[in-house]
Amino acid sequence: MKYLCLICAEKVMEQMTEADATAHFAEYTEFTNAIRASGHYLGCNRLLPPSEAITVRNRQDKVMTTDGPFVETKEQLGGYYLIEARDLNEAIRIAARIPGAKHGCVEVRPVAEDEQTLIALGFKP
Amino acid sequence: MKSLYLRDVFEQSNIPMPLSDNECNNMGFFIDEIYRNQSRSVFATLVKFLGDVDVAEEALHDAFKAALEQWPRDGIPANPRAWLVSTGRFKGIDAIRRRSRFDALPDDIEERLPVDISDELDGEGIEDDRLRLIFTCCHPALAADAQVALTLREVCGLKTEEIASAFLIPAPTLAQRIVRAKTKIKEARIPYEVPSPSQLAERLGSVLHVIYLIFNEGYFATSGATLTRPELSQEAIHLGRLVLKLLPDAEVAGLLALMLLQESRRPARTLLSGDLVLLEDQDRTLWDKDIIAEGSALVEQALASRQFGTYSLQAAISAVHANAPSASATDWAEIVSLYNILLSINPSPVIELNRAVAIAMRDNPQAGLTLIDAILERGELTDYHLAHSAKADLHRRLGKTEEAKTAYETALKLAVLEPERRFLEGRLRELPD
Repeated sequence: MKYLCLICAEKVMEQMTEADATAHFAEYTEFTNAIRASGHYLGCNRLLPPSEAITVRNRQDKVMTTDGPFVETKEQLGGYYLIEARDLNEAIRIAARIPGAKHGCVEVRPVAEDEQTLIALGFKP
Repeated sequence: MKSLYLRDVFEQSNIPMPLSDNECNNMGFFIDEIYRNQSRSVFATLVKFLGDVDVAEEALHDAFKAALEQWPRDGIPANPRAWLVSTGRFKGIDAIRRRSRFDALPDDIEERLPVDISDELDGEGIEDDRLRLIFTCCHPALAADAQVALTLREVCGLKTEEIASAFLIPAPTLAQRIVRAKTKIKEARIPYEVPSPSQLAERLGSVLHVIYLIFNEGYFATSGATLTRPELSQEAIHLGRLVLKLLPDAEVAGLLALMLLQESRRPARTLLSGDLVLLEDQDRTLWDKDIIAEGSALVEQALASRQFGTYSLQAAISAVHANAPSASATDWAEIVSLYNILLSINPSPVIELNRAVAIAMRDNPQAGLTLIDAILERGELTDYHLAHSAKADLHRRLGKTEEAKTAYETALKLAVLEPERRFLEGRLRELPD
């Protein structure tokens, strides 16, 4: 089963001191290599800080945009991992090792993968 | 509950395939087969070597991943299980060392990681490891719902989502139960061992209780639209067999017998519509004769040991029913005397209620009714729908329609399960005006 792990923290890389960011990047290298080797890895990436974000809406073909993420919270979405795990508890075990979990938090969301979604999104004929 | 998990890993990991597609598929199936049959036992041994359930889970995964990579290239090892344990152990130690660069090393790490394990890779120790795991998962320091969840996941190998859906609770709730239980095991330093003989009886009681809870959830579901979830009962029977093999004890045999004898009636308990059929109305040709024979033999074995307890006695009662050609041709005197022994070692109003029903069958409805009224007057079982439905039934047999109606209506107010409610509604409709 697939799970999306969303990493949220008060400080993203850009807001850390250079030394802290370097150390944090090294932790991510180590973690990512480990889950690549174990076969749990499906994808991941880091996001630029919310100051770079735009929120888009389309209402009757009229495009409206606002600055920043659509929810204002203290914790910012900083990156994600898409993983393959046996079940929710294995996903939790892996998510707990994401370096960001030590500073902020990680939201673990099961990927739907139901029949209707798979067909609608073209993963299944 | 077949796992396609390994094939997912196989596909995800982009392993170079030195063999033909066909051979690789066979290898995939072979390893899948080993995963299904042996992974829980390999896991149990890894918990022993690594001292931590989470590290062992990761090590188990890594060991199977290594098998998927190496076996197609190097061939299947002579002893796959020993290979998996040994590989998993190295991977686990490696992971602990790697992580200890960030966290402080646990102080007892050296004793947790025995240097020479060659004697323990195979042989008799293996089964003990599974028993240790069962005792850990059913440790009395854990809440009952956590014991059930942990046992199903760690011992039976069910996925969190499967357990959650069987118990009709949200997966995140169940997942957190498991996380908290594991934290508790770690923090309270719950030992990973079979209890000493002085504690064994009490601790075994808690294991048997967990197994019976799992069985009952599959047999008398406590909520939901359908009455039963057979796969849970099957897991419980499987666990019962496993524990009996590892720890031949009269009460383990008794519990297994009880579950088998109840299971033997499953096809006759409900109609295709999902409606409930009472024991006395069941089509006994639908009862599974082979399971009855197995259960009855276990009952005899348990009773002959003279070490029997409540499970063996309940199984004995079940066996009398199972071997009777009809409700009226049942040896009710034998059932009443078994209930008397059961009550003497385990006083309980529910058992008293069952005994009252048996006495009604042995003597007459009024005799049973007097006993049930006495139980209800004590203020016990007043919220138990089966007490009121038993009372209603005896009134009905005596032709006391008004009293029967009132009691059925009380039962209906208390019953939760749809099939039970439909049954009671049916009984109410059938009463003469």
